[in-house]
Amino acid sequence: MTIPTTSAPALEMRHISKTFGPVRALNDVSLTVYPGEVHALMGENGAGKSTLMKVLSGAYSPDSGGEILIEGKPASTGDPIKARANGVAVIYQELSLAPNLSVAQNIFLGNEPRHFGIVDRAAMVRNSEGILKRLGVSFGPRTLVEGLSLGERQMVEIARALSTNARIIVMDEPTTSLSSRETDRLFEVIANLKSQNIAIIYISHRMEEIYQLADRVSVLRDSGYVGTLSREELNAPRLVSMMVGRDLSSFYKKDHKAPVGERTVALSVRNMSDGDFLQNCSFDLYKGEVVALAGLVGSGRTELARLIFGADRKRTGTVELDGKPLAVNSPREALQAGIAYLTEDRKQLGLFLDMSIADNINIGVIGEDAKAGGIRDFGMARKRADKAVSDLSIRTKSISTTVGSLSGGNQQKVLLARLLETKPKVVILDEPTRGVDVGAKSEIYRLIDSLASQGIGILMISSELPEVTGVADRVLVMRDGHIAGEVRAAPGQPAAQEDIMELATGAAAR
Amino acid sequence: MSVNDPNTTPASNMAGAAPVAATSAKPATSARWRTLVSALGMLPILVLLAIGFYFINPRFLTDTNLLIVMQQASINLVLAAGMTFVILTGGIDLSVGSILAASAMVAVIVSLFPDWGLLGVPAAILVGLGFGVINGLLVAYVKLPPFIVTLGSLTAVRGIARLLGNDTTVFNADLPFEAIGNGSLFGVPWLVIIALSVIVISWFVLKRTVLGTWIYAVGGNAEAARLTGIKVSLVLLFVYGVSGLLAGLGGAMSAARLYAANGLQLGTSYELDAIAAVILGGTSFVGGVGSIWGTLVGGLIIAVLSNGLILAGVSDIWQYIIKGLVIIVAVALDRYRAQGTART
Repeated sequence: MTIPTTSAPALEMRHISKTFGPVRALNDVSLTVYPGEVHALMGENGAGKSTLMKVLSGAYSPDSGGEILIEGKPASTGDPIKARANGVAVIYQELSLAPNLSVAQNIFLGNEPRHFGIVDRAAMVRNSEGILKRLGVSFGPRTLVEGLSLGERQMVEIARALSTNARIIVMDEPTTSLSSRETDRLFEVIANLKSQNIAIIYISHRMEEIYQLADRVSVLRDSGYVGTLSREELNAPRLVSMMVGRDLSSFYKKDHKAPVGERTVALSVRNMSDGDFLQNCSFDLYKGEVVALAGLVGSGRTELARLIFGADRKRTGTVELDGKPLAVNSPREALQAGIAYLTEDRKQLGLFLDMSIADNINIGVIGEDAKAGGIRDFGMARKRADKAVSDLSIRTKSISTTVGSLSGGNQQKVLLARLLETKPKVVILDEPTRGVDVGAKSEIYRLIDSLASQGIGILMISSELPEVTGVADRVLVMRDGHIAGEVRAAPGQPAAQEDIMELATGAAAR
Repeated sequence: MSVNDPNTTPASNMAGAAPVAATSAKPATSARWRTLVSALGMLPILVLLAIGFYFINPRFLTDTNLLIVMQQASINLVLAAGMTFVILTGGIDLSVGSILAASAMVAVIVSLFPDWGLLGVPAAILVGLGFGVINGLLVAYVKLPPFIVTLGSLTAVRGIARLLGNDTTVFNADLPFEAIGNGSLFGVPWLVIIALSVIVISWFVLKRTVLGTWIYAVGGNAEAARLTGIKVSLVLLFVYGVSGLLAGLGGAMSAARLYAANGLQLGTSYELDAIAAVILGGTSFVGGVGSIWGTLVGGLIIAVLSNGLILAGVSDIWQYIIKGLVIIVAVALDRYRAQGTART
């Protein structure tokens, strides 16, 4: 792939700094993006990527000294409307569509074509049709957005960007909630946009995507600019060390020995079905073993985990824990038996955002710790929280800080700490590193490894193949609500990603 | 193309560390400040109102009048304490006024039994608890929305209250527990002592017991609470039970004060004052955030307004208008202040 550095840059951000009171969120960051280029922006959470993009979109104005040039001309800063007129469009993680309106209405929301002051619906539909055709999507302008999948909604967002003749499109972790088919579709569209000479700034934590898409990668760290790598210079260790500022020679840690020979079953699941989507899922999980549950988004992994944990009503099938049959009808019973579950959606289903770190860690065990009469033992709670904060290196000033103010990685560690307080025998981790920065990721891998060494059986759901192969001893692959097969790592070698994808997509069967 | 390998430039690392340290130092001070501000809550407004009324009519800040204010606030405070439990779980209890009326009827009717008249008080409390538990069962186990359940019981229990006295006022001039309503201990009316005790006990339950933490957890994130193994239904049953029980206690207090009860009129729209006290106290309407001390201040603001406006000679009609506006303005100020705390 050639990098079109010979043409004039589409965007130059020069010496951008941004301070909020005494906090310096950006420190002299410069970024140059060329037309037709996919420019990846990487960095740990809190490195300044979002702030930089907010400066670009006009949500923030930079400190004096910084300037933004669009197609060589100085652009005014701190004004979202002018930024949009200048051809800058941002597609946010949380999609900003009105589900009750049609695709065309959403594309032209706030920017409706008018005829004598009245919305010209015909023009709206006509123009939308043109844009949707450019994107090559299957739905029409009159479709209601609520009937679209997340991936399709993203296409509507992109169409909206194109409707304002955007020349620079920012995508902030666009694949987080997409299935892999939708991701492929998005990548086709990105290639298409590139061919139309549109510059794309692509923010992502996922290495595979960066390899696949990026022409160049710029890295931010601690609010400052670290460097830019071209496609040819790109390799994982280098990128990771740029992001974390230290060399992570062993990013995936695997010190525990995968149990072989005389091993004991920790969790045995037989013929688990929910009478709807999941069919006859059976597997064994051994003590001290890390088993990954891989598969595409929507293949039934989370549903199976919730069924085992008792979060959803079980229809048929049996669960045995340590060889004893277990009838689990609620999360409470599962926890008491020794099965713990880390949710994939920590904000909606996991954390109490307004409560303190200490209470979030202790919430599952305050009943056991209580003194007579159900009175809280705050000393015990403090002891547990202090220990967890130091064991898991949760970065916070105080254990009474509310969890909502922590970064994603630290929030995840709080949830993990809560789960460990229940002294589980089997741990089910659903996307344990989702939305977590590189540093916290490696710490979570280390934790998983040490839990396995202690003899805990770990079932890890993950959509990131390098993580699956790097961490797990064995990989179960789900497809369309059943377990499609198993991929084993050869001794000393990771399981092959190709084999997993074949099972996950059903390519082998065809 | 510039490539800046971090391993060759340790200085950039050092420079990078500085803003991080600054970042972590700042929230600590501002967090402490914020905690202080949110703990104070509406207290400054209560103080300002008191000072304002003092300038209009110096009689406002006399011992006698302040006790009257407390006394006027007491029944609402008892209802508002129960309402705080309910709203902390993200619910609402619209039925407390009606439950108060029904309980007051029971209190007076039982007080008329010769020799057993004192049982009127526990009877009222039990009746309140019963209605509260019915609300709680419908919310927690039948999983109906709290607004609808308690809207229904608002009407139905009002009907029961009228039924209890055959739609007449019941009297007992020789009420065995009249001390509750009109007596005092070392000069402090029993009504005030009861109200403050309820507040202190509520504080203890909410902040010092496991159940209290569960209440905050259920209000903050009910699904997360379930996945953590908390018996969410039991917590909900408890809070509606408490709200009903305290409404029953309010009924006994009200009957004791009046020597009478009337199923049609007593306690109408009391639920609105109770809700207003809770909201003025800074408790979040969606649950999970708030404190009983805020409710105390909120209840006192409402009582101070009523009392002060009367002393200032404001007409009854204007009292309504001013009270309503003060509630809206006070909550608006609170929201404005809370914006800095990055609640999402």
